[in-house]
Amino acid sequence: MPPPAPDHGGAAQPLLETRGLVKHFPIRGGLFGRQMGEVRAVDGVSLSVRKGETLGIVGESGCGKSTMARLLMRLLDPGAGEMIFDGEPVGRDDLAGGISLKEYRRQVQLVFQDSYASLNPRLPIEDSIAFAPEVHGVPAGEARERARELLAAVGLAPAQFARRYPHELSGGQRQRVNIARALALRPRLVILDEPVSALDKSVEAQVLNLLVDLKESFGLTYVFISHDLNVVQYISDRVLVMYLGQVAEEGPVDEIYARPAHPYTRALLASRPSMDPAQRRTEPPLTGDPPNPVNPPSGCRFRTRCPFAEAVCADVPPIAATLSPGHTAACHMALPGSGHSKAGGIAA
Amino acid sequence: MSAVLKPANEAPLIRLRDLHVRFESRDRTVHAVNGVDLDLAAGEVLCILGESGSGKSVTLRALMKLLPKTAKVTGEIQVAGRDVQAMNEGQLADFRGGDVAMIFQEPMTALDPVFTIGRQIAETVQRHEGASRSTADARALELLELVQIPSAKRRLSAYPHELSGGLRQRAMIAVALACRPKLLLADEPTTALDATVQIQVLLLLRSLQEQLGMGVVFVTHDLGVAGEIADRVAVMYAGKVVEEGPVGALMAGPLHPYAKGLLGATVHAGMRGKRLTTIPGAPPMLDKVPTGCAFAPRCPELIDCCHNGVPMLKPFGPDRLARCIRVAARAAQGEK
Repeated sequence: MPPPAPDHGGAAQPLLETRGLVKHFPIRGGLFGRQMGEVRAVDGVSLSVRKGETLGIVGESGCGKSTMARLLMRLLDPGAGEMIFDGEPVGRDDLAGGISLKEYRRQVQLVFQDSYASLNPRLPIEDSIAFAPEVHGVPAGEARERARELLAAVGLAPAQFARRYPHELSGGQRQRVNIARALALRPRLVILDEPVSALDKSVEAQVLNLLVDLKESFGLTYVFISHDLNVVQYISDRVLVMYLGQVAEEGPVDEIYARPAHPYTRALLASRPSMDPAQRRTEPPLTGDPPNPVNPPSGCRFRTRCPFAEAVCADVPPIAATLSPGHTAACHMALPGSGHSKAGGIAA
Repeated sequence: MSAVLKPANEAPLIRLRDLHVRFESRDRTVHAVNGVDLDLAAGEVLCILGESGSGKSVTLRALMKLLPKTAKVTGEIQVAGRDVQAMNEGQLADFRGGDVAMIFQEPMTALDPVFTIGRQIAETVQRHEGASRSTADARALELLELVQIPSAKRRLSAYPHELSGGLRQRAMIAVALACRPKLLLADEPTTALDATVQIQVLLLLRSLQEQLGMGVVFVTHDLGVAGEIADRVAVMYAGKVVEEGPVGALMAGPLHPYAKGLLGATVHAGMRGKRLTTIPGAPPMLDKVPTGCAFAPRCPELIDCCHNGVPMLKPFGPDRLARCIRVAARAAQGEK
């Protein structure tokens, strides 16, 4: 197994940074397919992924987390914004010090939620895993050898499983194959888009343990995208909370779960069903569904569901306020002098 | 209210004895349900908890005779004092949506896309209660208000695709409640919803259940959901109930090794940095009826006797049941 690509900027330099990433999807319709509007799936997201950490991205449907996964993998081209991988602008190999998309995609890999749809049904799993290394110039025999090593690493005995087809495996086994395939190019960053959401609880725990082990043995960095707050808390070092295409709150995992500052984060955490029937909730933390990202509310996008919304929230989009080192929340209440009557009141 | 606290003379809403369901096709036979006994008292909420393939949804559908023709169903199924197996199509049509109603995971496929929400509710009322169109329309409005749909009057003339996921789920609940059923069967109705919407629907279902005094059977794979809504929980594995008991006791101290494994494998707060306990292996293929304990190949508490015949569902304390010879042995020791 070859080593991963070497580190450039040292441990302090973020592995991946995005600045103001935007992706809008046009809605076409009517006569001649005119553009009727646009879905603002991701609307100005800046984040940084540190080397060796797991960044959790959490949010409800329509918040843009899956679009974010595809943007980070560059399966989608961002409408605006920059991506910098270990100090090198992504897709800008025309510049000195830029990294080409081909090279970027070798170093960054993606695991999808649907383990069946993301494997070729006509290829034995060994060939699926060996496919990408072959495309990148590894001789066939060596690629197959590597595939077998990876199958063993994800807990599938090669002698038993290598020649099986995806339909001959269970959901958990297929997800292991997807993880093995993602590791075949020795990436430095793996983006996991809801990797355990389709699995049963007992299998989910097996796959989470495997992900923790692989991160250690392959020296990986993870971006873990999920709607499951408990799983994100378990696996992440830092957490990013998204709402309607924007970042609501970001911070170290313990900080976010113990001292959530954004009203949305608080409501999201309070919405988790309790396993203890003695602590049943009587009032839902929020009413209504998340609004449609086609016409997001003006100002703060959460204001239509926020119990603390005031006039300033409709007029001015909030900027991220720092509550403690590394913990930021995009809420007028967190920002002293924002004009909100509770401004500065939730500083940690 | 738990079944044990109910007066003994009251007839149960559901009486299920030795339910077996197998699906036969040319290629293979699947023994989906292998002997399930369940009782539900009026006004009680029972959660059937299990993973995919455990037979929980098949059991639920058998209660309404909703299984396809390929399913071979045997056993005694009594719902609201009536023998479901013996009913003909006409009787079933009266029974479904009248005494018993069902809600599903995906409202978009359960609701008819070409009729308005109001019409679908009113149609149910007209069909079952013989009400006039105007009475039925008035009831539809009441029901939308009951399930807390905002601007209910306007929403009566909305089509399912015009509603958000949470509102659609509420509309489906309104259709189900149209004829004030005694029993509501719920098949993972909150699984597809976002976290902040799921809790709203769960709280709504609980308050409606209390308000209308319905019995509810709620199928889910999510322990948290069971914790929020159930009075009693039945854990299913490989087509059998392996443990049954009041929700609090079961969540605090599961008896059966599978229930223990399931709780241990469920990620919750405070597990960060710890290794998750897992259940090794996978559930059995149900091509054959398991002889011996179906969980034995994955069980950490396995002893030789586990393979000798299927263990019985035995009481443990006053209100709990477990299908495990080791738990039964502990219970026997406790009594001595």
